[in-house]
Amino acid sequence: MGLYIFRRLLAAVPVLFGLTVIVFLIMAMIPGDPATAILGAFATPENVAKLNRELGLDRSLLEQYLIWIGNLLQGDFGRSYTLNRPVIDEVLERFGATLVLAGASMLLCSLFGLLGGIVSAVRQFGWADKAITLAVLIGLSMPSFWLGLLLILAFAVKWKLLPASGMFAIYGGGDLPDLLAHLILPAVTLAVVATGVIARLTRTAMLEVLRQDYIRTARAKGLDERRVIYRHAFKVALVSVIPVLGVQAGFVLGGAVYIETVFQWPGIGGMLVKAISTRDLLLVQGGVLVVAASYVLINLLADVVQHLLDPRLKT
Amino acid sequence: MSQAAVAEKPTAAAGAARPNAWRLFSANRLATAGLITLGSIAVLVLIAPVLPLPSPDVTEPAKRLLLPLSEGHLLGTDQLGRDTLSRLLHGTRTSIAVGLSATLVAAVIGSLIGLVAGYAGGCSDTLLMRGIDMLMAFPYILLALAIVAALGPGLMNALLAIAVVNIPFFARNIRGVTVGLAHREFVDAARMSGKSDLLILLTEVLPNVLPVIVITMATTVGWMILETAGLSFLGLGAQPPQADLGSMLGEGRRQLITAPHVSIIPGLMIFVLVMSINLMGDGVRDVLDPRLKSGALGRPSARTDVTKNRAIAPSVSATPTATLSVEGLETEFHVGAEVYRAVGGVDIALEAEECLGLVGESGSGKSVTAMSLLGLVPSPPGRIVAGRVVYREEDLFDVSYGRLRQLRGGTFACVFQDPLSTLHPLFTVGAQIVEAIRAHQPVSYREAHSKAVALLQQVRIPSAEQRMKAYPHELSGGMRQRICIAMALANDPEILIADEPTTALDVTVQAQMLKLLNRLRKDRQSAVLFITHDFGVVSEICDRVAVMYAGRIVEMGPTDAVLAEPAHPYTRKLIDCVPVLGEPERRLDAIPGLPPVVNRLPEGCAFAERCAQARPECRKHDIALDSFGEQRSVRCLFPLGGVNQGAAS
Repeated sequence: MGLYIFRRLLAAVPVLFGLTVIVFLIMAMIPGDPATAILGAFATPENVAKLNRELGLDRSLLEQYLIWIGNLLQGDFGRSYTLNRPVIDEVLERFGATLVLAGASMLLCSLFGLLGGIVSAVRQFGWADKAITLAVLIGLSMPSFWLGLLLILAFAVKWKLLPASGMFAIYGGGDLPDLLAHLILPAVTLAVVATGVIARLTRTAMLEVLRQDYIRTARAKGLDERRVIYRHAFKVALVSVIPVLGVQAGFVLGGAVYIETVFQWPGIGGMLVKAISTRDLLLVQGGVLVVAASYVLINLLADVVQHLLDPRLKT
Repeated sequence: MSQAAVAEKPTAAAGAARPNAWRLFSANRLATAGLITLGSIAVLVLIAPVLPLPSPDVTEPAKRLLLPLSEGHLLGTDQLGRDTLSRLLHGTRTSIAVGLSATLVAAVIGSLIGLVAGYAGGCSDTLLMRGIDMLMAFPYILLALAIVAALGPGLMNALLAIAVVNIPFFARNIRGVTVGLAHREFVDAARMSGKSDLLILLTEVLPNVLPVIVITMATTVGWMILETAGLSFLGLGAQPPQADLGSMLGEGRRQLITAPHVSIIPGLMIFVLVMSINLMGDGVRDVLDPRLKSGALGRPSARTDVTKNRAIAPSVSATPTATLSVEGLETEFHVGAEVYRAVGGVDIALEAEECLGLVGESGSGKSVTAMSLLGLVPSPPGRIVAGRVVYREEDLFDVSYGRLRQLRGGTFACVFQDPLSTLHPLFTVGAQIVEAIRAHQPVSYREAHSKAVALLQQVRIPSAEQRMKAYPHELSGGMRQRICIAMALANDPEILIADEPTTALDVTVQAQMLKLLNRLRKDRQSAVLFITHDFGVVSEICDRVAVMYAGRIVEMGPTDAVLAEPAHPYTRKLIDCVPVLGEPERRLDAIPGLPPVVNRLPEGCAFAERCAQARPECRKHDIALDSFGEQRSVRCLFPLGGVNQGAAS
C-alpha cells in the first residue's frame, strides 16, 4: 500500500507540472503589454522597457517560465499590487476559509447523495424514488447563486434564523457555534448540485450491484435485507462512486466562487473574482494554482481510498 | 442459469419491435414537457421585438423598482426603471445564444480532437489526451475564471472560457467511440479502397459518432447556459448595457432585500430554461442510446413475488414421506406485455437423504424451479403464479419473511454455478463463511471463526487458517467452489440445492467436486436437489433423476433405470449425447433444433417439433405425466420400450 501511495504521488508530479504550464500559457496570452497595463497608458517608453526588463518579459517564453517556476518552488508567487502583500500569504489565508466551506459541503453532499442514491435504488419506481429523482433533476438545473439568494431571503431576511453573510459575526462572534451558523446556508447551497450528481450515480451503481450473483448468495445465506443492502451491495457501489466524489470536489471548489460571492464568505473564490475585476493577475495566478493543486491531491486521495476498499485493484 | 441470463430475455424482446425515435421520445412525458416549455420560451424570445413592450434599455427613474403586475409593467421594473419583462426576454435571448454558441464551439473543437486522437491512435492519441487530462485536472469553473482573467471580462470571453473548459467532455466521449470504430471492417475496407484518412474520418467515422456528439451536446448545453450565466452573475460576462440573465441577476442582487423580484425573476427563468433543456437532453439520450437509460436496470427484490390466491393443484405425485414437496409450481417472467412461462407446473418430491437430479437444456426451467423454492428468482420480472412448496407442513411461499430467512442458509443451503460471481469480491472468504454461520447460530466471532476453519478443512482446503484471509479473486476456480460448498454446509442444512455447481469448472476439478459433494452429503445425511444438464454428472451422484423440458418434467425415475432404458425420446437424446464428462456445448448440439421459446409454447407435446417419433396425436392436446412401470413416470404418448399409452386411453 505504501508503495502504491508513493507511486501515485510520483504520478501526480507531472500533472502538477502541467497545471503550471497551462496557467503560465493562459497568463502569457494576455492581450497587450503587461508593463503598459501596470504603468498606465501615459508611461514613457523608457519606463516600460525598464519594467519589462525587471519583469523578465524581454526574455524568451521558456526562460520566463523557468524563472517563474523556480520562484514558485521557493514559495515566491509574487506580490499582489492591489493588496501590497505577498500573493502566497493572501492565498493561504483565504484558502483556509474555502476549505472549511468546501469541506462542509463535501460532507453534506456525500452523506445525502449516497443515502439518496441508496434509497432511490432500493425503492426503485416507488414514490421515494420518484421524489428523489425529481429533487435531483431540480437541483441539477438550479443556478446555485440564485438558490443562495432564495435561502438568504427565506432564512435570513424573512425568518431571521441564520446570518446572511460572512464567516463570523462582527461583534462577539468567533466561536464554533457562530461559525456553524454562518456555515449552514452557504454549505447547503454549494452542496446541492454535487448531491444530485452523487445521488444519481449511486442509484445507478446500486441497481447494477443489486443484480449481481453475490447479492443472491447473500440472500440465500439468510442475511437480513438491511445487511444485504448496506453492507454487501453498498460497499461495491461505494467503490465505483468514490472517484465521482473526487470529481465532485472539483465542482464544489469551483462552485465556491459563486457561493462565496453571494454569502460574502472570505474565501479564495471571492478573492479571485475581485482580483479579476481589478486585474491583479498575480493574485489570480496564485489562487488558481493553489486550488488546482489541492484538487489534484484530493483526487489522489480518492484513488488511494478506492484501492483500500477494493482488494482486486491491488496488483 | 444465472440472474443475468434471466434478465437478458427482455432486451431481446424489446429489440424485436422498436418504435421509431420520435414515438420513443414523445412517450417520455418529462422530455415532452421539457420540449414544450423550451419551445414556448423560444417563441416568446423570438417575437419579443414585435411585442408591445418598452425597450429593454430605456430607463425611467420615476418608476424604479415597481412590483410585478404594476400598470404597464407586467413583471415590474428594475433599479433604473427598466421594464423587467422586456429585459427578461432579451436577456433570455442572449443567454440562449451564448450557451448554444459555447456548446457548438466546444462540440466542434472537442469532437475534432476526439476524432483525430481516436482514429490516429499511437503518439498523437497519447499527446492529445494527456493535454485533455491536464485541462480536466483543473476544478471545472476555475479554468474558466483563469481564462476570463487573462482575456478580460466580457460576454464573448466568457463564452470562450466556458467552451474551452467543456472541450474535454466532448474529446473524451468522441475519442472513446472513435477508437472502437477505427478498426472495424468497414473502415478497413475504405482504407483498402484507397480513400484518404480525412475522407474516411468524414464519410465513414463521423456519421457513426454523430449520435454521441448529439448526446453530449444535449446533456451539456443546459450546463453551459448555467455557467455562462454564472460568469455574468459575477460581473465577468455581459457588461452593461448589454444584459443576459446572469448579469440581470447579479445587478438585481443589490436590491435583494428591498426589491427581491428584480433578482428572483431572472433566476427563475434560468432555472426553467435549464430544467427544460435537461429534461429534453435526457429524453434525447434515452432515444439515441437506450443502454444509458437510467431506469433500464431492474432491481430484484429480497423475495420473489408470489401471486396471492394462486391456484394450488392437488398433487398427484405427493408422497407423505417426502422432506420437501413441490406441487404444481408455475413461475413466470413478465416482460412488458410478454409472459415467459419458465416453469409450467412442476411436481417434485425430495425424500430425506436422497439426491435428486434435475436435468435439462439451458432454458428448460430447471434453475428457475430450484430458485423458486426459496424465493430467489429475481423479481421483477419473475413471479410465482401457482403451486406451493411444502416443507414440514409449511408452505414456503406463505411463510413470513423472517421465517424464510431462517430457512435460507439454515435448513436450505445453495451452491451456485460460477463461484467467482457468487462470492462477494470485497470480503475475505473467511468473513463470508463467518457471516453465514453467525446469521443462524448465536456464537461469538471467535467461535464462528474456528468453525469456519474446520469447515474449510472438511472441504479439503490446504492451510485453511491462511486461506480464511484470502479474497475470492486470489483463489482458483476449484478452491472458490470449495469455499461455496463450505459456506453452504455452515449450518448443517437438511436440504442442499446445487445449481450446476460443477459446470464452470475444469473437467478434473469437476470430478473432485462431485466426489466431495457426494461424501459430504452422505456424512451429513443431507438431501440434495442437484441441477445439471449433464447426464454424466447425474450418473455419478444422483439417486433419482427428473428430466425437464420447456418448463415441465417429462420423465422421472431412479437414475439407473432411466439411464438404462429412457422412456421419453428427449431423455434418450440427452443420454445419447453424453460422450465423456465435460464439453457441455457439443452435447446439446446433438439434438436437432432448439427448445421452444417459453412465451409461445406449442399445443400438445413441447418436444414434438424435434422428436423423430412424433405423430399427429402428439400435437393435439396436453399430455399428462403418467406412471411408467414402478417408481417411474413419463410425459409421452408413445414412450420408448413401453406400452402405447395413446392406444390405451
